[in-house]
Amino acid sequence: MDYTILIGGAAGQGIDTTVGLLERIIKRYGYHVFTYKNFMSMVRGGHNFMQIRFSDKPVTSYSTKLDMIYAFNQESVEFHKDRLKEDGVVILDKNISTDEDYIYLPLVETAKSLNNDKVASSVGLGAILNYLGLPLELGKKVLEDELAPKIFEVNRQALERGYELLERKYNIDKREDNNILINGNQALALGAIAAGCKYYCGYPMTPSSSVMTYIAKHANEMRIVVDQIEDEVGALNMALGASYAGVRAMTGSSGGGFALMVEALSLAGIIETPIVVFNAQRTGPATGFATRTEQADLRFMIHAGHGEFLRMVIALRSPEDAFYQTARAFNLADKYQIPVLLMTEEYLTNYNITHEPFDFSKITIERHLATESDVTEERYKRYKFTENGISPRLIPGQIKGQVVLVDSHEHNEYGNIDEDADNRVKMVDKRARKIDSLKEEIQEPWFIGSDSPENLIVCWGATYGAVKEAVNRLNEKGLSIGALIYGDIWPFPTNKLNELGRNAKRIIDIEHNSTGQLESLIKEFTDLKCTDRILKYDGRPLSGDEIVQRLDLLI
Amino acid sequence: MTCEYKLYNPTWCPGCGNYMIRDALKQALEELDIEPHNAVIVTGIGQAAKMPHYIGANGFNGLHGRALPPGIGVKLANKELTVIVESGDGDTYGEGGNHFIHAIRRNVNIAHFVHDNQIYGLTKGQGSPTTARGQKTTLQFDGVKLEPVKPLALSLTMGAGFVARGFSGDKAHLVNLMKEAITYNGYAHLDIFQPCVVWNKINTFRWYKDHTYYLPDYYDYTDYENAYKKALEWDDGIPLGILYKVEKDTYDDSFDFIKNGEPLVDAELNPMDAEKYMKEFY
Ligand SMILES: Cc1ncc(C[n+]2csc(CCOP(=O)(O)OP(=O)(O)O)c2C)c(N)n1
Ligand SMILES: [Mg+2]
Repeated sequence: MDYTILIGGAAGQGIDTTVGLLERIIKRYGYHVFTYKNFMSMVRGGHNFMQIRFSDKPVTSYSTKLDMIYAFNQESVEFHKDRLKEDGVVILDKNISTDEDYIYLPLVETAKSLNNDKVASSVGLGAILNYLGLPLELGKKVLEDELAPKIFEVNRQALERGYELLERKYNIDKREDNNILINGNQALALGAIAAGCKYYCGYPMTPSSSVMTYIAKHANEMRIVVDQIEDEVGALNMALGASYAGVRAMTGSSGGGFALMVEALSLAGIIETPIVVFNAQRTGPATGFATRTEQADLRFMIHAGHGEFLRMVIALRSPEDAFYQTARAFNLADKYQIPVLLMTEEYLTNYNITHEPFDFSKITIERHLATESDVTEERYKRYKFTENGISPRLIPGQIKGQVVLVDSHEHNEYGNIDEDADNRVKMVDKRARKIDSLKEEIQEPWFIGSDSPENLIVCWGATYGAVKEAVNRLNEKGLSIGALIYGDIWPFPTNKLNELGRNAKRIIDIEHNSTGQLESLIKEFTDLKCTDRILKYDGRPLSGDEIVQRLDLLI
Repeated sequence: MTCEYKLYNPTWCPGCGNYMIRDALKQALEELDIEPHNAVIVTGIGQAAKMPHYIGANGFNGLHGRALPPGIGVKLANKELTVIVESGDGDTYGEGGNHFIHAIRRNVNIAHFVHDNQIYGLTKGQGSPTTARGQKTTLQFDGVKLEPVKPLALSLTMGAGFVARGFSGDKAHLVNLMKEAITYNGYAHLDIFQPCVVWNKINTFRWYKDHTYYLPDYYDYTDYENAYKKALEWDDGIPLGILYKVEKDTYDDSFDFIKNGEPLVDAELNPMDAEKYMKEFY
């Protein structure tokens, strides 16, 4: 079973609620779910749609082909009917259309008979449940769990009435369900909470804001200060103050907001104060598309900041990856006293996927803070020269008689302004030296597909899901194909790429940008050449189907 | 005395008002018995902002215009630290103007000392947000054409609960204002007149002497409207002292877990504490 339902309508028509209920009902019935959300940047009107794909096997991409369109307006049919499979159906209210090609139902009429126009979507939901063979009882249970008590009852009635409106088409078996249903921003936020982030500040910017909102929801219970700051400049500077004082701190934004943080990023570099910053990339440049996806900030994130300083950049590949990598980022930031930058993408921030619950016992907390015994000199040296470049980091207020001075000027071991030429060179080298130990912790990209593939895909971040589906399907067809998916991307790991790239006939770069930024890194750091590229930059994410199609043309 | 602050050699110009401000700061902290490891001086960039290098407290010498944000971050992370934000008039009212406005609204328990020499010192004499209109500078050859910021009126408008002005030329008075600001529970704004002997030939030590007067003992600093009038006084004499002081709820205390808990920095971190949130996703 592999079934895709598109639910479309105008902003404000309540498609989010309907999708939220349906995806959860399907999940609780034991199926794998992948919900792709396509929004326009408006609060009312426009055309929004979401696609719920479900299967008895894990799904990692949305599907281009549709089995059903549940349309809240005529537009939703017009926009998407070309993507319907031959036996695909359209379900809509009979006021929208009574075209014989469609399944038109008295949704509004039924809702009216319950004295509540607003429950028409639940009538439709009931009809779809019966059509797909999903039990009414489960539907009612999910409504009860998800809806506010005062609207539950009327929606329950609507669901029941709807259930009668359409005949059963499928009989699908109940399967065991132990999964969670989660998106990338929720997973990122949970990773930060689990890692003991005590200070999150930021300024709202789609598609980053829901991280702040999620953390805020648990802030009091987890003792986290969540703070909406006057601007992103203030946010990163504030987070650095908190981190200097010894708590784990994070901020995040989307491209424009991250751009405002750049000066303070350079500050983090020279004061060697740990910080985790994420950039939820949207389509750029400038304001671009607020609610659409892209991977065009890779070069920006790697180089952002004046002067030379060490940072680590991690691209998040899936919600699961977002959870574990975010928690790991805090350890790496603390250990190396550097900014660790997380890159996510609008697509990843929003899609919902089923997954086994995260294993919190796998998260470790490694603070690497200095204690009294680490301070061997009479006057503490915040920037002591050491072999590996990492100076013992004391936080203020811990040891009587010792003070901690950090400084954005070039400074000496004590943290005092120092323009001495030798000291400058030694200090630059000290900071830079940390890269040697950091490199040993860098994780090589994930590899999927056939061993020593003739066709090697290279990609990074959230294209993972679609690439994975495509590679699996093409392998089943007997093609020799594999993919390297970059997570840790700076410092740029090259071992696996060199090993596989040397034997591949083709190296195909797949990215959501127009210039091939990963390809340019490969050119810079290896002797390999990408032979082909699939670049998409219309703001819409690649699907597994689309990659298969485009690879079919290439290979 | 058990509580003593070490001093280090400054690179300020001879005769600079910053020396006296530093001496007053040292004396204020020592008299309040706040030990160096419990005090943090957070600054931006400028001559004033070099303070953490010349007095042995904890220091965060950050970016130009960005002294307040890290100061706030430090205080929320560790409520036991005494946080003093110090910076120039350009740093605070120019580059950092937005942070200034919102720091007042936020009302975190920190003291903010602005070394107001009415000029950009470090960058050699350009007009600052408090330079008088018409004053010729090393850049504004025809004189400054902008209306000066009125810092105290601004902070009063934004709702600051502690607003004061000092003068580096009267140390005893300044020490007292600093102590009041540090012990005030909330954001305390202290603007300090400071002659810049090199770049501001108008607002000299003499000029400040001639143009300022002390608020009398009977002055009622809880009267908001009167304070606002005082904050606007300029040509006919500028008041020194506490213009306004009232009790206000602080931002820090609005977090129950900060007010009634241990400092955040001492929190025990355990990933398993968050595992319960998985249930939201079933
Ligand atoms: C982002 C940025 N812009 C400009 C500067 C240059 N700069 C350093 S200090 C300063 C102004 C100093 O004036 P003020 O804050 O009044 O301090 P003072 O030197 O008078 O004490 C400027 C413009 C800088 N360091 N960073
Ligand atoms: Mg100045």
